[in-house]
Amino acid sequence: MTKLERQIRKKKTLSLMKKNWVLYVFLVPMLIYLIVFSYLPLYGIQIAFRNYKVTKGIWGSPWVGLEHFRTFFDSYQFWNLLKNTLTLSIYSLIAGFPLPIIFALLLQYCISPKLKKTSQMISYAPHFISVVVYCGMITIFLANNGIVNQILMKLGFDSVHFLSDPKLFKHIYVWSGVLQGLGWGSIMYIAVLTNVNPELHEAAIIDGASKFQRIKHVDIPAIVPTMVIMLITKCGEIMDVGFEKVLLLQNSVNLDYSEVISTYVYKIGILGGQFSYSAAIGLFNNIINLILLVLVNWIARKVSDISLW
Amino acid sequence: MKKRMKFNSDTVFDIVVAVIILAVTLIILYPLYFVVIASISDPAMVASGNVILRPRGINYDGYWYIFRDNRIISGYQNTIIYALFGTILALLITIPAGYALSRKDLPFRNALMKITLFTKFFSGGLIPTYLVVNSIHLVNTRAIIIILGSFSVFNLILCRTFFVNTMSDELREAAEVDGCPTFTFFCRIVLPLSGSIIAIMVLYYAVAYWNSFFNALIYLSDADKYPLQMIMRDILITGQALQADVSDPEAYEQMLRIAQSIKYGVIIVSSLPVLILYPFVQKHFVKGIMIGSLKG
Repeated sequence: MTKLERQIRKKKTLSLMKKNWVLYVFLVPMLIYLIVFSYLPLYGIQIAFRNYKVTKGIWGSPWVGLEHFRTFFDSYQFWNLLKNTLTLSIYSLIAGFPLPIIFALLLQYCISPKLKKTSQMISYAPHFISVVVYCGMITIFLANNGIVNQILMKLGFDSVHFLSDPKLFKHIYVWSGVLQGLGWGSIMYIAVLTNVNPELHEAAIIDGASKFQRIKHVDIPAIVPTMVIMLITKCGEIMDVGFEKVLLLQNSVNLDYSEVISTYVYKIGILGGQFSYSAAIGLFNNIINLILLVLVNWIARKVSDISLW
Repeated sequence: MKKRMKFNSDTVFDIVVAVIILAVTLIILYPLYFVVIASISDPAMVASGNVILRPRGINYDGYWYIFRDNRIISGYQNTIIYALFGTILALLITIPAGYALSRKDLPFRNALMKITLFTKFFSGGLIPTYLVVNSIHLVNTRAIIIILGSFSVFNLILCRTFFVNTMSDELREAAEVDGCPTFTFFCRIVLPLSGSIIAIMVLYYAVAYWNSFFNALIYLSDADKYPLQMIMRDILITGQALQADVSDPEAYEQMLRIAQSIKYGVIIVSSLPVLILYPFVQKHFVKGIMIGSLKG
C-alpha cells in the first residue's frame, strides 16, 4: 500500500466516522455497562494478588503475589472442590449434550404433527420455571413422603432417601437439569434440521434409504456444525456449574458432595468477607475455563474446520 | 419381499419414535400437573399418597393464606418494578447497540464486537464485581437489581443478527440520498420494521428479570427490597412458614397443617404471569433461538 492510498483510506474512515457518529452514540449505553460491570472488575481482579483491606482500597493494599493461590492449592478443600465441580459439570455435559439432539431428531420424524406440536409446547415449558421454584419442586417431590416415593411404593419398590443420601446429589442435579433443558436445547437443532435441503431426503428415499439411514446420512451431517459450536461453548463453561441450583439444593448432609468452587467463593467472599482469597479462587476458576475454551476451539478447528473464531 | 421388509422397519421406527416422544412429554408434564392438583387438594390426602392423578378434597385454603401474606405481596410488587424498569433499560441499551453493530459502514465495528464478545468468555468474577458495585454505593439498592441484567451479550448478538438479515443497504442508501439523518432513519424506518425482535427482547429480558434470584442474593440485605424469588426461596427451600396471626392459635395451627399445600400454591402463584403468557408467546421465544442459530 502506498502512502497516498493509506492517506485516502484514513480520510475515508474519518469521514465515515463523522457521517455515522450517531451510531457511536447508540453504543454508549452498552459500553458504559461493559466498562463498569465487566472491565472495571477485570481491573479489580488484582486484589487476588494483594491483601485487600477495605480501608486501604485496591492500590493501597499490599502486594502478596501468588500467596492466595498457593494457600488455596494447599488447602484441604481444594481437591474436593475441584472434584465436585468437575463431576457435576462433566456429568451434565455428557448427559445433557446428546439428549436434546436425539430429542430433536425424534420430533423431526414424528408422524403425528399434533403430537409433535404438543410435545414441543410442553417440553419447552420447564425452561421458564425459575431456578428457585424448580429446586423447590425437586426437594418437595424427592422428600421421603414426596410424590416420587409414593409412586415408587405404589409400584412395589422400596422408597429412596433421595435428599439424605449425599451420593445421589450428582444424579439429582444432573437429571433434573436434563429434564429442564431437553426441549429448549432441541430448538436450535430442530431449526437446522428443518432447513435441510428437502432434495437430499427425496434422493435418499428414491435410493431406498430407511428412516434410520436418512438420519445417519442426511440429518446428522447437517447438524454437525451446530453440534461442534455448542460443544466448544459448553467446554468453555466446564467450571461454571450452575451456582444458583447447587446452592439451592445444598443441605448439611450433602455438603461434601455439593460444595463447588462458585458456592465456596460466595461463602468465604460475600458471606465471610475474605475478598482477596475468594477473588483468587474465582480467578483460578475463570482461567481454567478460558484455557479449556481456547484449547477445545483449537482442536475443533484442526479436526473439523469449525470454530468460534 | 424386500419392499415389504423396508415398510415394516419404517413402521416400527415410527411407532418407537411416537412412543418415546409421548413418554418424555408425560414425564415433563406430570410434575407440573401434580403441583396444580396438589395445591387445591386436602393436604392430608396429598401426604398419604391419595393424590396421584386427580385432586381430592378440593379446597383453596392454601391460596387464601398466600394472598394474605405480606411478604409475597411485597415480593410481587418488587419483582414487577424490577422487571418493568429493567426491561425498559435493557431495550434502550441492547436495540440501538445491536443496530449500530449491524452496520457494515461503521468503522471499528469488528474491534467493538470483540470488546463485547470478550466479556462473555472472561470476567473478573463475583468478588471484583461486588467490590465495584460496592465502590459506587449500589449495594442494597433497588437500582442495582434493575441495572444488573439489563444487558446480555447473547441478546445483543440476536439483535445484531436480526438487523443484518432484515435491513438492506439499499433502503438505507435511498434514505441517505433523500437526506434522512441516521437517528431519524432508525426511529422512522428501522424500529417500525423491528416489531418481532423487540417482542423477543421484551420477553427474554422480562422472563430473566422475573426469575432472577442471584443478584438479589448477592446485593440485597433489606427484606423489603427482596424480589419474589428471594421470598420463594425462604418458603420453598429454607422452609420458613408463612406469616400467621400468632395471637390466634387456631389460625396458626390450621396454617401449619396446610403448610405443604401452601408450598404448591406459591409455586403456582409465583409462576402465574409466565404460565399465562407462555402459550401465547411461545412462538416468539422459539423465533429468537432460530435467529440465533442462523449465525451459529
